[in-house]
Amino acid sequence: MSKVRVLVGTRKGAFVLTADGTRRNWEISGPHFAGWEIYHMKGSAIDPNRIYASQTSGWFGQVIQRSDDGGKTWFQPGTPPGEPTAGPGGMPKGESNKFVYDTSGETGKPLTTHLWYDGTQHPWEFKRVWHIEPSHTDPNLVYAGVEDAALFKSTDGGTTWHELSGLRGHGTGPKWQPGAGGMCLHTVVIDKKNPNRIYIAISAAGAFRTDDGGKTWKPINRGLHSQFIPDPNAEVGHCVHHVALHPARPDVLFMQKHWDVMRSDNAGDQWHEVSGNLPTDFGFVIDVHAHDPETIYVVPIKSDGEHYPLDGKLRVYRSKSGGNEWQELSKGLPEKDCYVNVLRDAMAVDTLDSCGVYFGTTGGQVYCSSDSGDSWAPIVRDLPAVLSVEVQTLQ
Amino acid sequence: MIRVVLPPHLRTLSSAGSEVQLEVIGPVTQRSVLDALEALYPMLRGTIRDHVSLQRRPFLRFFACAEDWSNESMDVPYPAPIANGEEPLLIIGAIAGG
Repeated sequence: MSKVRVLVGTRKGAFVLTADGTRRNWEISGPHFAGWEIYHMKGSAIDPNRIYASQTSGWFGQVIQRSDDGGKTWFQPGTPPGEPTAGPGGMPKGESNKFVYDTSGETGKPLTTHLWYDGTQHPWEFKRVWHIEPSHTDPNLVYAGVEDAALFKSTDGGTTWHELSGLRGHGTGPKWQPGAGGMCLHTVVIDKKNPNRIYIAISAAGAFRTDDGGKTWKPINRGLHSQFIPDPNAEVGHCVHHVALHPARPDVLFMQKHWDVMRSDNAGDQWHEVSGNLPTDFGFVIDVHAHDPETIYVVPIKSDGEHYPLDGKLRVYRSKSGGNEWQELSKGLPEKDCYVNVLRDAMAVDTLDSCGVYFGTTGGQVYCSSDSGDSWAPIVRDLPAVLSVEVQTLQ
Repeated sequence: MIRVVLPPHLRTLSSAGSEVQLEVIGPVTQRSVLDALEALYPMLRGTIRDHVSLQRRPFLRFFACAEDWSNESMDVPYPAPIANGEEPLLIIGAIAGG
């Protein structure tokens, strides 16, 4: 029988929630990496027992963890204890938690500064991994979106990481600037039909696309309109919160921007707004139904100054028409006095026949709908603040 | 043997006990102690000092013989009680409330 495994990253550790296909009775495992921030966990599509986790701390920096047994045990895919950590000549070996920006002239156009809050230029400084995206074809190939914004790639299961420096080097880097949460590359979406096509999004720079596996990139922000930047229609500088697509239609993209829900039908070359009748179009998450590419989900948040649901009522909104016409989904969700947020990586869908939709809140609740959003029930209520939610559908 | 006391999260990460014993060849300095520590526990690379610059992470401090040595040069020899193992070098995480 099918089952689902939900990977939850929180401010104080990781949790693994499992259930059979009915999604009624759940087993909770965790906290793993107790006390550390787990920004994101994600499993390989072709080897579901292979899971990567980003473990991070303001004190101790970045650690990459890996499980090869579905989250039961974890290890750092670096140099084993007892082996030298430096190679011949004394150069440090690659380590799983080593993310060093590429400043070489051979592989990119190295940049040393980006725009700072006060309008001055500021050096790139690595802080943490926001998002880990395993490839669809090779469990050892995995991408990491980091703060300060850059994309890294590992081809050895997370042991060593190398920057795809063409992204920072394509020309607009000095115009990128941090949002309130830092200058993070938080979204990595790989086209399943064409693995050389990858979409990424950065707050606050915008969305970018590569068609050659990460060597070269182009900004894909035409049609975005952001009133908080000097040129509302600028090529970069937009605070994109999340981007999602359906694997069967990888040219159709959906975006939750700072304000505005957007859609592109041509791989991001042009966007148009599909906020329609949403009560507010500020928010962080957006996702697509597993079986219907025109059914999408958002969680409207009151405003950029008040990061909680309108009227204290937690609601998911679903559009079955790819945007513009939205339906409120509130059955089973708090009707009042709810002032949580749902962060950008904290929504996921499973691929069971009756598509399951999941999201986690900054109040520590993880909700599940096993009927495509018609009704909801909490899996857990009192975890630390949820940073990310991913789900694996297992046979 | 040099003795080093790690903060709790790094004990968990390294599976080391509360106190680590290290063999350090040559002068006992911040650099040589951390080199030896990271060789024995590679998973700690990057958690105490930056991978490339080797600078101490901002929220960690080093205490030797009840004195704060955090801002000393990484090549200044530690006091004799640290070098001969009489006292441990303490690596301490900053306190954060809230």
